[in-house]
Amino acid sequence: MTYTLEGRTGAWEIVCGLEIHAQVISKAKLFSGAATAFGAAPNTQVSFVDAAFPGMLPVINRECVAQAIRTGLGLNAEINLWSRFDRKNYFYADLPAGYQISQYQHPIVGKGEIVIDLADGTQRTIGITRLHLEQDAGKSLHDQHPTKSYIDLNRAGVALMEIVSEPDIRSPEEAGAYVAKLRQILRYLGTCDGNMEEGSLRADVNVSVRKPGEMYRTRCEVKNVNSIRFVMQAIEAEARRQIEVWESGGEVQQETRLFDPNRGVTRPMRSKEHAHDYRYFPDPDLLPLELDPDWVAELKAHLPELPDAKAARFQRDYGLSAYDARVLVAEQATADYYESVAKGRDPKQAANWVMGDLFAALNRTGRGIADSPVSAASLGRLLDLIADDTISGRIAKQVFEEMVDTGADPAAIVEAKGLRQVKDAGAIDAAVAQVLAANADKVAEYKAGKDKLFGFFVGQVMKAMAGKGNPALVNEALKKALG
Amino acid sequence: MTAPTDLTLAEARAALAAKRISARELAEAHLAAIEKLKDLNAFITVTPERALADAAAADARIAKGEARPLDGIPLAIKDLFCTTGIRSTAASRILGNFVPPYESTVSAKLWAAGAVCLGKTNLDEFAMGSSNTTSAFGNVVNPWRRRGDNRDLVPGGSSGGSAAAVAARLCLGATATDTGGSIRQPAAFTGTVGIKPTYGRCSRWGIVAFASSLDQAGPIARTVRDAAILLREMSGHDPKDSTSADVAVPDFEAALGQGVKGLRIGVPKEYRLDGMVPEIEALWQQGIAWLKEAGATIHDISLPHTRYALPTYYIVAPAEASSNLARYDGVRYGLRVEEGGDLDDLYEATRGAGFGAEVRRRILIGTYVLSAGYYDAYYLKAQKVRALIQRDFDEAYKIVDAILTPATPSSAFAIGEKQDDPVTMYLNDVFTVPANLAGLPGISVPAGLDASGLPLGLQVLGRAFDEETVFRVAAAIEAAAGFDALPQLRAA
Repeated sequence: MTYTLEGRTGAWEIVCGLEIHAQVISKAKLFSGAATAFGAAPNTQVSFVDAAFPGMLPVINRECVAQAIRTGLGLNAEINLWSRFDRKNYFYADLPAGYQISQYQHPIVGKGEIVIDLADGTQRTIGITRLHLEQDAGKSLHDQHPTKSYIDLNRAGVALMEIVSEPDIRSPEEAGAYVAKLRQILRYLGTCDGNMEEGSLRADVNVSVRKPGEMYRTRCEVKNVNSIRFVMQAIEAEARRQIEVWESGGEVQQETRLFDPNRGVTRPMRSKEHAHDYRYFPDPDLLPLELDPDWVAELKAHLPELPDAKAARFQRDYGLSAYDARVLVAEQATADYYESVAKGRDPKQAANWVMGDLFAALNRTGRGIADSPVSAASLGRLLDLIADDTISGRIAKQVFEEMVDTGADPAAIVEAKGLRQVKDAGAIDAAVAQVLAANADKVAEYKAGKDKLFGFFVGQVMKAMAGKGNPALVNEALKKALG
Repeated sequence: MTAPTDLTLAEARAALAAKRISARELAEAHLAAIEKLKDLNAFITVTPERALADAAAADARIAKGEARPLDGIPLAIKDLFCTTGIRSTAASRILGNFVPPYESTVSAKLWAAGAVCLGKTNLDEFAMGSSNTTSAFGNVVNPWRRRGDNRDLVPGGSSGGSAAAVAARLCLGATATDTGGSIRQPAAFTGTVGIKPTYGRCSRWGIVAFASSLDQAGPIARTVRDAAILLREMSGHDPKDSTSADVAVPDFEAALGQGVKGLRIGVPKEYRLDGMVPEIEALWQQGIAWLKEAGATIHDISLPHTRYALPTYYIVAPAEASSNLARYDGVRYGLRVEEGGDLDDLYEATRGAGFGAEVRRRILIGTYVLSAGYYDAYYLKAQKVRALIQRDFDEAYKIVDAILTPATPSSAFAIGEKQDDPVTMYLNDVFTVPANLAGLPGISVPAGLDASGLPLGLQVLGRAFDEETVFRVAAAIEAAAGFDALPQLRAA
């Protein structure tokens, strides 16, 4: 089922490819020792190399290279054992050297792929063209002073991975799923935090439209889109604009555009913003990057289990549904949490608790899995209390809420509140007798054939026992008492 | 007793060790000489206080018996090397009063070895030139004059200030850099010894970049031995320069005594230019004869792509320079010229005022050869030719151990001569440029005088990281030539 947009002349398909700039997680910058932490005071994380002082030279940061290799391996991509850094020359106030060190002709990572998950449960494979390492520029602040621009070079020189997809994406939904999946993989790998609000992940979107069955038409690039929602909106807005151009007899011009999320339209960048001849050439300050195959193999051996493999294993080993498995592996921390709860316990029950009560509690308290008020070990101990009949499932819900509020251990809560399940036959029989005596009319109705009143009696007995009666024993005692 | 300024570096080292002279006396004598001959304009910045402080520290170490290899030796530093707390200009207006908060690796090594800093020497702006006439601080005057002719001559370039200072005895040695001949050509023009070591031998960290794949630091000194002493201290792997080579630094001085017996010396036929000055040809033949007498064997060799070296150089070097000099934009340091308008206006005003004509010319050439549509025809082609030139040398060094050529196609010329046409000026580098393109070591040794009494140099080229052989051959030429002529303008 192909996604299309209806124009006056019929249906149009979208052809889309994405270039994602992902900031590499590393302590130091790509070619200098300056720190990379987000949110530092302006110009406090700048070395003389970053500020392009005379005579300063770049030295490649091995950890950034390792991160790019890990990412390439995570995208099932070719790792190029020989790659090279080039200079991309242009003048701008936040680009101190007047060039960005990038990889133009010989990227460190070649062709790979990403399997994306769509809402209807189907999957599609999107090709990765390449991944290369490059430096980020600094930041220009134009709104701090009426006539001046301020420059913050903290970001200048920070390592980026530019990840380019093939033009395989055919709908806004696929684009959104692609960014989400890529971000998930990067987070699993620990190579990018994927934080789009802080600019750690930015997307350039290439869009064209065509009539079904046609070759590609001219594309436009929508630059610097900074959320998944905006990526999806930008694609649709740009596609609709292009359809309008084609259908009114015009021709789409290849150009660079920006998405205005407030108005929901794209607009061309000023010509000055992109009319560059970048004059790429190999950076003579750096030797070609030659990788030791043993090192690549070692990085590969230490790669974490990635979401697709993990979801498959959850289905296989824990008997989870595809949907549950996918939800649980969405974030590595959730998957880890789930596994430590499920280990040695009923995996389906564990899944229900994590996806039900825990997610609800996180939602309600506005916290993430990493700072969950209930630790995985705690939740596990709660499930153990259910399993060994110390408490009933119903009481467990009550204990869980207490755990969320106080962070206390479930066993301690059970003891302190006297929630231990009552299995004593005498106590149960007494409660049964008391309830039946108080509801003689209902007993009569039941005996006259109104079977569904049985549930009412169970409820009343449990209520009388403050919820602590062992449900099976209560059922048994009631059945016996009611004949 | 010899005047302190007439000592060679090796002699001064011995005199200091024997306590026949103090570092302070040496420094004071050289500071006085600099003052006396300031019209040579060899220095952009003189640092007398620093020199005396360095000398005092050196004297203290010598007194305690803790002398370092260069303790008390007064040196001058080409003003392309960044020096902490001392204005570093690259002889350009665009750096304004830039005072680096860091020290270049090479100069730091010299200070660590005990050398005394006299100041920063003049050069062609950003090391772009062969006559030291493109400096924003005025041209340097060659201490040599033609017999019976009082016109000022150029000292060569770009390390003209360093060469003139060494020749006029204003220092015992100087640092220099060589991108296409900027050490060897001024050494030849001033009767001094200058060696460009193998690319990667000396760190480029802290040296203002001209053309990164060609730039290499080296010393200028008065004797081959002095050059060997200095180069050893300047060399060594630097993790801050990715192109610096992690190879051991030999004791170059120790190689000097080994002679040239049995060495195979190549004479490349392509260096015999049409219309070459007969004196240069004669000097070359003389050099061949000296080496034969000293026991070397002479072999005719061919370096077939030599004639493409100069055009290749004048594509590669400006291309890299156009990018390397983009950082001088008036935004963070150095000159800033604001005449209103937007960012582009700031760039245009700053760079227009900050760069001289030759630098602007090379930035334009470099921008052109890298631009879309011309890259393949110029830059890419030049890279291919460069590889062929390197291969020529690889082939030659299968047959010979070193190569002997003239250092320059002429002796020093007068200021203003050869300046109508940049290409004529560029021809000065015709013998020196191939070694830069191939990354190989080359030395210029004074070997004689031309008819007008000006020094001429011979060049010895060697294999990569085989400066020892280069020094051995140079020492043999030096010994045979017995070059003892003195420049007219000099200290003492």
